[in-house]
Amino acid sequence: MIIAVASGKGGTGKTTISTNLALSLTDQVQLLDCDVEEPNAHLFIKPEILEKHTVTIPVPQIDRAICTLCGKCAKICAYNAIAIIAKQAMVFPELCHSCGACKYFCPAGAIKEVNHEVGFTELGSKNNIQFIHGQLNVGKAIAIPVIKAVKNHIDKTKTVIIDAPPGTTCPTIEAIKGSNFCLLVTEPTPFGLNDLILSVATLKKINIPYGVIINRSNLGDNSTEQYCNQEDIPILMRIKFDKKIAAAYSNGTPLINIYPEYRQHFGDLLKKIKTIVETP
Amino acid sequence: MKQLAIISGKGGTGKTVITSAFASIADNKVIVDCDVDAANLHLMLNPKILEHNIFKSGFTASIDRSKCTRCLKCLKNCRFNAITKNLTIDSIACEGCAFCYNLCPVGAITLEENIAGEWFISETKYGPFVHAKLGIAEENSGKLVSLIRKQAQTLAKEQNKNLIIIDGPPGIGCQVIATLANIDSALIVTEPTVSGLHDAKRVIELAKHFTIPIMMLINKYDLNLAMTKNIEQYCEQQNIILVGKIKFDTDIVNAVTNKKPIMNIANIKLKEQIQKIWHTTYNNL
Repeated sequence: MIIAVASGKGGTGKTTISTNLALSLTDQVQLLDCDVEEPNAHLFIKPEILEKHTVTIPVPQIDRAICTLCGKCAKICAYNAIAIIAKQAMVFPELCHSCGACKYFCPAGAIKEVNHEVGFTELGSKNNIQFIHGQLNVGKAIAIPVIKAVKNHIDKTKTVIIDAPPGTTCPTIEAIKGSNFCLLVTEPTPFGLNDLILSVATLKKINIPYGVIINRSNLGDNSTEQYCNQEDIPILMRIKFDKKIAAAYSNGTPLINIYPEYRQHFGDLLKKIKTIVETP
Repeated sequence: MKQLAIISGKGGTGKTVITSAFASIADNKVIVDCDVDAANLHLMLNPKILEHNIFKSGFTASIDRSKCTRCLKCLKNCRFNAITKNLTIDSIACEGCAFCYNLCPVGAITLEENIAGEWFISETKYGPFVHAKLGIAEENSGKLVSLIRKQAQTLAKEQNKNLIIIDGPPGIGCQVIATLANIDSALIVTEPTVSGLHDAKRVIELAKHFTIPIMMLINKYDLNLAMTKNIEQYCEQQNIILVGKIKFDTDIVNAVTNKKPIMNIANIKLKEQIQKIWHTTYNNL
């Protein structure tokens, strides 16, 4: 089973949930940190890293000796990643989506694709957890290829937990699509609720079942609870704000280390998710 | 005209709270929310929308089944797996590259421009406000950021405003890159946590990559005093101006819950502290 942990708003506790869930389970677990812009799960899991792979995307390279400057590539590129400037065809790899159209349509056969590095993935382990994360290189705009590279390691025989990036756009969707269930982590403030509503709309669009975890449930107001009740969205867990939890988090200490009873809560959470997923 | 962006790398460190506080203190400015994906600043500023515009961006392909000869050229060449076996388009997977459109020998594929979101020019108690709402599961958030920033600059010129305050998105990807382009300074709001500092360092690296001057603010500093000290030392080593630090304060939570900038709600001590932080930030802009 694949469980994604997501939220519209950042800083609501996605990493807290995904890492503590992974650490609480006794079966074989895969934890994938797909927030490749700002990966944090490793700070809490502290895995032993065993492998590192670079992530590259194919981008066009133009052989100037063959190029006739016809401009077809620049015309068909939907992303303006190729331009003819001062009698030279220029490639802007940052804008390229690697669709391959320029190479296919070049009448002179002057375009080949070369690998352009955009980030890396690392694989490691900690007890029963296989840990995989990716990092987008600083200065690169498009996170999708790195997220795909992380997800390529999914082993469906294990309980797979995906820590998704915040938001509702392409990186978040790339991280959560294909999951059996999505946990939406929120906080009971107008910001949290506003972004939860966006996340719910996203999940409805891509048709993945979901439930809500309310973090810092004793702060803010009860409009998030009301919203979930009205919309018939299951609230699967509530975690109170507590300075002890915040202080442990600040040091990279998992919640279950300071409140061991949460192991049981996270185990129960998995059971609840299984019941929802398996109910037709 | 000066442009200041408030960013953080990690989400939830307090960007929007700080931006709304600055918006209520600073004179003669335009306010922009560049977190177009999960925008929240409007909740604090209670805007009156004056202008509502559609953001069109990118294309989605569609296949006319009556013309299609099932040659499967499109299916074989699409690298985004956006063409299903039944020769329909998965609109979420489609990246609008137009490869299939250019390839189809019988012209059965058409491209439709996406309505990818909407953007607004509003009036608030604190001045003009440009904001946006990207459509659910839409792309091109960086383009929308660039668009609203351009609108804000035009507005600032028209109305003789000498400052643009930008609430930035989390992360280091396209939206953040579009937020940082040609600004005068980025204020990085961080918190004394391993993840806050880890993420701040990555966004600092990004700002340096684009040679954007940076300043830093430590929010909720009393959650971990040792870590706060580390951040202070880091700023000193890196020659980063630390504009101040703010305690974890339930008045801030109350401000968010009541949807009012902190300056309207906070205790005097916190207000004075934020005033001071704003002046240090502005003087270093």
